[in-house]
Amino acid sequence: MADFLLEIGLEEIPARMIDDAREELARRFAALFVRERLADSPKLAAYSTPRRLAVLATGLAASQPDVIEQVTGPSTKVAYKDGKPTPAAEAFARKAGVEVSKLECVTTPKGEYLSASVTKKGRSAADVLAEELPKEIASINWPKNMYWRAGKPERFVRPVRWLVALLDDKVVPFEFGGVKSGRDSQGHRRLGNGKFTINKPSEYITSLTEAHVIVDQAERRRKIDYSLAAALQSVAGARLRKDMSLLDTVVNLTEWPAAVLGSFESEYLALPEEVLVTVMRDHQKYFAVEDAGGKLLPHFIAVLNTDGDPDGLVRHGHERVLRARFNDARFFWQADQKTKLADRIEMLRSVTFQKDLGSYYDKAKRLAHLVSIGGADFDHPKHRVKRNAMYEAAWLAKTDLTTELVKEFTELQGIVGGLYARAQGHDQAVADAVYDHYKPESMDDAVPRTIEGAILAVADKADTIAGMFALGMVPTGSKDPFALRRAANGIVKIVAEHHLPMDLGMLFNVCLVAYKGSEAEKKFTALDKYMSNIAAFFRERLEFYLRDGKGHAYDEVNAVLAADSAHIVDALARVQAVAAARKSADFESISIAFKRIKNILKQAQDKTGGKLTLPAFDPALAKDAEEKALAALAAEIAPKVEEMRHHRDYAAALSEIARLRPALDAFFDKVMVMVDDEKIRSNRLSLLDSLLKDFSTIADFSEIVTEKK
Amino acid sequence: MPTMTKALTFQDLIFTLQKFWADRGCILQQPYDVEVGAGTMSPETFLRVLGPKPYSVAYVQPSRRPADGRYGENPNRLYKHTQLQVVLKPPPDNVQDLYLESLEAIGIDLRKHDLKFEEDNWESPTLGAWGIGWQVMLDGLEITQFTYFQQCGGLDLEPISAELTYGLERLCAFLQDVNSVYDIVWARDPRAGKEVLYRDVRYEEELQFSVYNFEMADVERLWKHLNEYEAEVKHLLGMHLAERESLTQGGGPVLPETIDRMTGGTLPKASLRPVLAAFDLCLKCSHLFNLLDARGAISVTERVGVIARIRALAVGVAKAYVEQQGVMV
Repeated sequence: MADFLLEIGLEEIPARMIDDAREELARRFAALFVRERLADSPKLAAYSTPRRLAVLATGLAASQPDVIEQVTGPSTKVAYKDGKPTPAAEAFARKAGVEVSKLECVTTPKGEYLSASVTKKGRSAADVLAEELPKEIASINWPKNMYWRAGKPERFVRPVRWLVALLDDKVVPFEFGGVKSGRDSQGHRRLGNGKFTINKPSEYITSLTEAHVIVDQAERRRKIDYSLAAALQSVAGARLRKDMSLLDTVVNLTEWPAAVLGSFESEYLALPEEVLVTVMRDHQKYFAVEDAGGKLLPHFIAVLNTDGDPDGLVRHGHERVLRARFNDARFFWQADQKTKLADRIEMLRSVTFQKDLGSYYDKAKRLAHLVSIGGADFDHPKHRVKRNAMYEAAWLAKTDLTTELVKEFTELQGIVGGLYARAQGHDQAVADAVYDHYKPESMDDAVPRTIEGAILAVADKADTIAGMFALGMVPTGSKDPFALRRAANGIVKIVAEHHLPMDLGMLFNVCLVAYKGSEAEKKFTALDKYMSNIAAFFRERLEFYLRDGKGHAYDEVNAVLAADSAHIVDALARVQAVAAARKSADFESISIAFKRIKNILKQAQDKTGGKLTLPAFDPALAKDAEEKALAALAAEIAPKVEEMRHHRDYAAALSEIARLRPALDAFFDKVMVMVDDEKIRSNRLSLLDSLLKDFSTIADFSEIVTEKK
Repeated sequence: MPTMTKALTFQDLIFTLQKFWADRGCILQQPYDVEVGAGTMSPETFLRVLGPKPYSVAYVQPSRRPADGRYGENPNRLYKHTQLQVVLKPPPDNVQDLYLESLEAIGIDLRKHDLKFEEDNWESPTLGAWGIGWQVMLDGLEITQFTYFQQCGGLDLEPISAELTYGLERLCAFLQDVNSVYDIVWARDPRAGKEVLYRDVRYEEELQFSVYNFEMADVERLWKHLNEYEAEVKHLLGMHLAERESLTQGGGPVLPETIDRMTGGTLPKASLRPVLAAFDLCLKCSHLFNLLDARGAISVTERVGVIARIRALAVGVAKAYVEQQGVMV
């Protein structure tokens, strides 16, 4: 049994790529060891720092096990003449490396053939790995690669500077990126002493620790957690503002982390918290510090890639940079106030929204139009939509793109607009709508807080999707450069959570109309497929929301969306009702019955060459008692279901439908549909057809997966 | 000996870095004397990274960004800041180590500081250039842009060059621990110890150029200049471009000898065509574009178009330059 170590030494890998690459490496090597029969269930761990990726494995076989293979030779007719081996047999025996007397016979469908058992020697692990390692390394999938060497022989995330490959105490020789593998690694850039030798894999982690590298990312995370807590000790009542993604980043930016608490002048706390936190987190990668009530304190914590800061030099440096950044932000804030948001609307004429869709001024105009025609639809008995505020917000929403603060901190778009609107005396409803209108940024992000913000956010996203679809720029596969999927997910989530009674077909019609008469309209080349593309796109997004966002089973979602996918709120209500009803035994039977109905109708359709025309059901032609009973019950239930559906009382409607079960079961038990008598057959098909139509408006039950057939 | 412990002055910083890179095989060039937005735009980078010839150079480059002017009021932002540019073609394997040594050379004890290489890929659409690299962060301050050039003037590079761009003002402010660039000690008279500050040397320039860039530059004339310089570049390159269209089949490179032969000697020989002059004029266009931008004179529709026009010039120059290199090899 052998231990194995591979360390790929690199110039600094981008932090955002490290976790995926390390996990990929672990998967690749586990697969490699199994594929090459060096281990059945490999014991391995993968490690990473900004300058290295490593795999450490134990219990590898020293070589692949030998395999005995059956090799087939010439047919026995050719191989033997008069019971004696012919030259053909002798040649085969030679080739297989066995005595002629050891040859065997096998019977195949084609006849009897000679055969030999050949022992294929397993290769040594060292040989296999020497061959496979460069291939595995080259196959790692990086989001962005580069060339660096003369002749440009390979692309990789960053230049490779050293390779350690050891099988126990022996080097596995290979070359990648112009570097030969060996046993020399590198320590921390400044705390280590340059190159050092690793004798065997089992010493890897300790020898790196001596060189001031904590190679185990989990261990670094623990050290950072501990250092953050320790750094907070000096400020009474202070706590860290939690930030998991920042923590992930600093774990991948350090080899030997430490944390240092810094401070800034409290006068900067007059700036909005959003601005302060963005500067600290996004630009400086500092953790913000808050009091027990969640209010920001004039402190921050920087995670360093060194062992401490005994003279306070590093703290002083970080404080200096942060102060300059805050100064900039304050300068921008003050400079921006000189031109009110309202006066910036005109400036939007020179900000491009999308090259074929015109400027942000054009967009603002469309948004103002959209929210003013749509506003009345969303009045709620308890609160009316503030239409004037929404209209004002639509015009102002994009004006912050002209501010210095947003040019500097692009991630604060919308938020800055909202803050300025409030500072400049606009109604709170206006400020909130502007502030929130980019939300939700992801499935986990909250939707806009107010109805005005929700409508504006939907209009903004729908306007973008409408324009892009009309241009024919529909997302395909992994290509979605304008993040239209995210925009559509946002619409679905907002509409669902704000219960907006919104018809997607109507919405996207109105959005298209808003482009009427514009320059953009002349470039709309994909109008013929516009509505069908939108419908298909949103069906997918809605499916995603109901399944991944709301956790519904895929067949329930399919059943509900087969009935209708243009009304988001309604689809959500229906899928909830279906999920609840599904547990009843009746429901399973109904689903089975509807599958049968669909099949029978399809067969009938196929027999007529797709041109099945059915007369209206005629009760007078109903012969059997079960047929009559089912027809009567359906006629009684259908209007009730329709009424309940109309009032969105889907639970009640579904239990009404469930009442059909005994009649349906009896019908299929006793009644033959496809009888010879054409009139009776058509009448029965007609009954089934109306059942399907009348009772599939909430969900297409035939989509539900059932256990029984 | 108090002077011994004092941080480097602005000019000492320049001396030290130049000496450092000269000692490691770089030739020292002077700042380019046409307005550029960054050291990358100097022909010492833009043109020298093209083609196969090895080249290592270091130079100071005052870089003008009209929109960044702040009338001398902002402690960290300047209309004209100073870069020290190092190009290593091809980069040695220990290029990062060399860079770190250069920091030690200017008095930074790396053992006592927090240093990180954070991903930052550089791209210039107007130059048709991009590269992969980092911003080097020293105690949270971005002091250098470190880039492995992958493409320039729309052309794939072979060999790759490494470009190190030191931001001298912020680096010097860090060394001297001052909060405003204007408080940087530019020079200290070794005889009397009298100090000249960055403010004394540059404040007036920042103020006046801010006034010019934002308020007084005549938009109509700027456009006119831009159009004329562009026409001149096209005049100088047009032959190359037109000929390439008529002569190439399948878009392969055109050998300058072929052009010479086909045009029957009506043009100066390829090796004598003034590609370098064309590039100067292309830089003029780029600076005029920046001025127009600072004046807020470029509308949406124009903006994309003008960038494309300048890019076409830069790409044209790059292609012509590479062709000439072919002749001279």
